[in-house]
Amino acid sequence: MACEAWRDKLDLYADGELAPADASTLNAHMRTCSDCAADALARVQLKRSVAAAGNRYQPSAAFRARIAGSVAAKPRRQANWWWKVVAVPALAVLLISVVANFYVQTQKARQQRTFSELADLHVGMLASAAPFDVISTDRHTVKPWFQGKIPFTFNLPELQGSEFTLLGGRVTYLEQTPGAHLIYQLHKHEISVFIFQDHGTNAANLPPGSVHALSFNMEGWRQDGLRYFVVGDVGPGDIEALSKLLRGAS
Amino acid sequence: MPDQRLSTTTFEELAMPLFDQLYNFARWLTQDTAEAEDLVQETYTKALRGFSSFQIGTNFRAWMYRILRNSFLSSRSGLKTTVAIDDEDKEMILVEPGPTPESLAIEQSNREVVQQALGELPVHFREILLLCEVEEMSYQEIAQALSIPVGTVMSRLSRARKTLRTLLQQKFAGGPHGV
Repeated sequence: MACEAWRDKLDLYADGELAPADASTLNAHMRTCSDCAADALARVQLKRSVAAAGNRYQPSAAFRARIAGSVAAKPRRQANWWWKVVAVPALAVLLISVVANFYVQTQKARQQRTFSELADLHVGMLASAAPFDVISTDRHTVKPWFQGKIPFTFNLPELQGSEFTLLGGRVTYLEQTPGAHLIYQLHKHEISVFIFQDHGTNAANLPPGSVHALSFNMEGWRQDGLRYFVVGDVGPGDIEALSKLLRGAS
Repeated sequence: MPDQRLSTTTFEELAMPLFDQLYNFARWLTQDTAEAEDLVQETYTKALRGFSSFQIGTNFRAWMYRILRNSFLSSRSGLKTTVAIDDEDKEMILVEPGPTPESLAIEQSNREVVQQALGELPVHFREILLLCEVEEMSYQEIAQALSIPVGTVMSRLSRARKTLRTLLQQKFAGGPHGV
């Protein structure tokens, strides 16, 4: 190929855009043609000079910071978005816990009130000149006595073989609801057993399990739509023993 | 084209490494620091806004340069250059410098002269030389950045180089304190 034909390709050669086959042919040509070789070298040198001269201006640090800030603004907004993703549930949890705490505190207060009321009923019975409306050690006498006086019925345990004795019973009221108040005896200690309907709103608020306060022990549970409370100044073990007998009665 | 979208974090990662070069390019186009900053600022703002429509697989660098260049062309100083670009087919008739390689053995010490010559070139010659020599873009990339066919890239590059050589020859002929 004549030099003239190559001249048009020298720029492509210098720019690295010449097809590999053409480039190797041109290389071979330049080994024998000093004019073309010198021309190619000049073009490469011009490229280098322009590259060196063209890399001239540097942005200021302040301008760089401004652009970086404006470009990073979007990710920051995204970070805000993530913050919301975390914060909204966190706030929700906080709100729920505040409400729950309020509810628990209210419940606790109500439970405390119920416990106090039951303790009062127990103490009132102990202090009363006529503690029983029905005096009998026989559960088959006491249970029927309540018929018509309270809106429910219940079973009482067989006490034979135990240390507990049934003394009698009376009608009582807790939060305007009638219930049965039974009095048992253990080694001179009197123990009150309260039975109410389980409305889920009244005395039912008292937590199941045993409570110890004001030197009284108490145990409460739910059973067959009824709410049972055992209150007395005997030890927790004795309260539990009587509770167990009552549970087994139904 | 896949409808894949890049996150904005990726925009920052892609765009900030180009910052220095884009500024250099903008400064060469506008020949003014404040205008260059405005142009780069506008480029990043537009690019960030349009990034959701940027397709993966497209050349990001060429895309950024295209935004910058289009912004420049619609700017006040850019509008003045439009005529020259539209006039491409009626190129000024150049003095054929001929193959005089010796005169073109430009040393590093002549850097200022080359810079002066680059600054005197019409914008469409200056920009294509910067993209090719400074940015070392391929013809394909230049075609994307300037929105012109590859064939036009080659012919415009060739004319740009001839014009630059002529300018340099004039300057060197005029001696160190030349024209």
